[in-house]
Amino acid sequence: MRPARLPGAVARRTLELAATFLGLLAVTFVIGRLVPIDPVLALVGDRASASAHAQALRELGLDQPLWRQFLDYLGQVLQGDFGVSRLTSNPVAEDIARVFPATVELATLATLIGVLGGVPLGVLAALRQGTWVDHAVRVASLIGYSVPVFWFGLMGLLVFYARLDWVAGPGRLDLAYEGLVEPRSGLLLLDALLAGEWEVLVDAWRHIVLPASILGYFSMAYLARMTRSFMLEQLHQEYVLTARVKGLAEWRVVLCHALANAAVPLVTVIALSFGHLLEGSVLTEIVFAWPGLGSYLTQALMSADMNAVLGGTVVIGAIFVGLNLLADVLYRWLDPRVR
Amino acid sequence: MRIRRALLALCLACGVAATAPATADTPKNMVVMAAMLDEFISLDPAEIYELVPIEYAANVYDRLVRTDPRRPGEILPGLAERWSVADDGRTFTFTLRRGARFHSGREVTAADAAWSLARLVRLNKGPAFLLTQMGFSADNVAERIRATDTTTLVLVTGERYAPTFVLNCLGAWAASVLDRELLLANEVNGDLGNAWLKTREAGSGPFRLVALRPGEALTLEAFPGHWQDHPAMKRVVLRHVPEAAAQRLLLEKGDVDIARNLGPDDLAALRANPDVQVRTVPAADLLYLGLNTRHPAFAKPAVREALKWLVDYEGISRNVFRETHVPHQTFLPAGFFGAIDDLPYRFDPARARALLAAAGYPDGFSATIDVRKGYPGQDLAQILQANFAQAGVKLELLVADNKQTLTRYRARRHDIYQGYWAPDYIDPHSNAQGFAWNPDNGDDSPNRLLAWRNAWDIPDYTRRTEAALAEPDPARRRAAYEALQRDFVRDAPFVILFQKVLTLAERRGVEGFVTGPINDQFFYSGIVKR
Repeated sequence: MRPARLPGAVARRTLELAATFLGLLAVTFVIGRLVPIDPVLALVGDRASASAHAQALRELGLDQPLWRQFLDYLGQVLQGDFGVSRLTSNPVAEDIARVFPATVELATLATLIGVLGGVPLGVLAALRQGTWVDHAVRVASLIGYSVPVFWFGLMGLLVFYARLDWVAGPGRLDLAYEGLVEPRSGLLLLDALLAGEWEVLVDAWRHIVLPASILGYFSMAYLARMTRSFMLEQLHQEYVLTARVKGLAEWRVVLCHALANAAVPLVTVIALSFGHLLEGSVLTEIVFAWPGLGSYLTQALMSADMNAVLGGTVVIGAIFVGLNLLADVLYRWLDPRVR
Repeated sequence: MRIRRALLALCLACGVAATAPATADTPKNMVVMAAMLDEFISLDPAEIYELVPIEYAANVYDRLVRTDPRRPGEILPGLAERWSVADDGRTFTFTLRRGARFHSGREVTAADAAWSLARLVRLNKGPAFLLTQMGFSADNVAERIRATDTTTLVLVTGERYAPTFVLNCLGAWAASVLDRELLLANEVNGDLGNAWLKTREAGSGPFRLVALRPGEALTLEAFPGHWQDHPAMKRVVLRHVPEAAAQRLLLEKGDVDIARNLGPDDLAALRANPDVQVRTVPAADLLYLGLNTRHPAFAKPAVREALKWLVDYEGISRNVFRETHVPHQTFLPAGFFGAIDDLPYRFDPARARALLAAAGYPDGFSATIDVRKGYPGQDLAQILQANFAQAGVKLELLVADNKQTLTRYRARRHDIYQGYWAPDYIDPHSNAQGFAWNPDNGDDSPNRLLAWRNAWDIPDYTRRTEAALAEPDPARRRAAYEALQRDFVRDAPFVILFQKVLTLAERRGVEGFVTGPINDQFFYSGIVKR
């Protein structure tokens, strides 16, 4: 890239981002207003007098025309104010700062499990195509694909929590450990580690390990299938044949040549799957009483709490934009042709 | 929900449950409940409108008087140790006890109480109707509710109302007495401390708020300075556990002491568990059908009555609800002053067909029914569809989220609405007004309660409801509601089907959690662990 063009590129990129967010907000805003739910009802109850209802409507600014409401909202957002959630009476930014780390913690751990398990399994299945190894991986993936997550969640709780007592039950932490650790990052494992509170760390680990494993299994099932097909595609290329003819060790052919090339599309797939986990997995959160972004946003949607929904949309939008950027950077690193 | 339950039950049956779970009990001086906490919009009693928040207010705040959860219609002293009604039937004088303190340490005065009631009216949020319906308005409340000295409060209602009605309203959560100085110190733009109080407290009740983390937990601790209650539990924690099966596992393991949102399958299994006791309490929620009389068929009383003969009450009870609901056909739920347990209707398709034929619908008719998504709404509606088909009444199910169906209902855009109605306060007028009062049936009527929503124009019922409201003699007031309900059950465009039953599963040894038919009568201070 020539230096003279750089400011232009940055400006273009910024404009693109701004347009993306504006579009995202506008669409969510309009959908939110089209939902056939009376948002005031959630607030004042079914029994409120007409004057109380009208007063609440005015206080929320819902008596204004739609474009006016949207402009007012945009003005607030530009000042960094996402408004107050109607459902919790807390500032939306504060609510998201509270629920999002719980989701990040779970999603990160699940993605780690998915990558560490799914990629090697996919490679193995591709190498042993058609053998029992391939079939076993396929069956495991299919189960991960087709069994509902809440079922796995409940069964996991029943077996590992209620019967075997290997893990802790629903929730993020036992009541006895609540409030012992100063929430710095909001990620309990990290906070407990930083504070040196080992018992809290162990308890938090006992709580997260089951939901993370279950989500990780789903992510693993998906990544194994994708890795397998990417690897098969590469293994049939002529450069692999060339490498083998040249007498390279098989592990070098697989890891340094085929996998290195399969890694490019794989990075996108991993980034997207991580992104989806960061949106919050509603069913897992419900089964494990996990106070994450998924249940927060679902609840907000059900009550037409548009400030919370829009705030969450911005966060999720930012995640995907960020992950796309990250994937771009990794592309450049992995694929010399893009450099 | 049901599939999940069925799968879980299947696995239990497969022998996963062969070994007894290891248990880890909660601390001795702390009680932990698994509950649903997804509706904490505000902690301000003048704004609170949802079930669990009402319960929160019942434990963190005191009121002038209390309603008695064990004896419907009886009033107990609260911050007022005694009261009297003047001969005009409108002037109530309350004498406050000395020595009651707010959590801030200040003594509770009559001025706090008068200011709190006036605040409810002036804020004009959802529950303000509790006082405005007695003739108080922002303009007159300062003059009509006055503290004449530190322990005397005088309240003058707009008209004559039954004293039980006035006291029941003053015993409701929204009439909680708040710490005036604390709130005025935190007032912003004349909001009477509302913004501050949304997430905090200013009470004098037996518990004080430690923390609320929405969607996670509500923690209360005992207030040692309370004038009456000395809770054995130093802490009460309500944990948000949305999934019933997860609540059950937590209870079986002893990680919670009380589980409050269990389904029929969980309860059946828990009854066999020696470490758990299951208790059922009638709740005030009525499950009913509202028939919009703008539908030509529902304008005819004979058609409405026919539908009451077309519900398989027994079958639904057995197959859908089991112990979570009991049949109930009148508008006052069991546990209310004036309630009767008449069940005049049973499943009789032949009789329904005859009534329909007489009304001009020998081959039935078609109607839509608005149903809340999920269990039990959808399950129930499917059975009703099959029941009604036996007389040619074709139901089309419109399934949507609760707030969506309610929005349609409130705009009178339904044919049949299937849903719950819960009275807001313990007085019989709450439901009589809801079901049998409609002073203005016009589209722009300010009163949009159930009779209005079904376009049921009823000058006679409206007059009788108002007469019962003004009846000073408790025995005659009770008789008025009984007679009103006996006519109502026959005439009304409402098919009242079931009364919800609250089922509590508690660890053995956990006792003393007082539960009335509404959450406003849930009290923690008597809870002990043996």
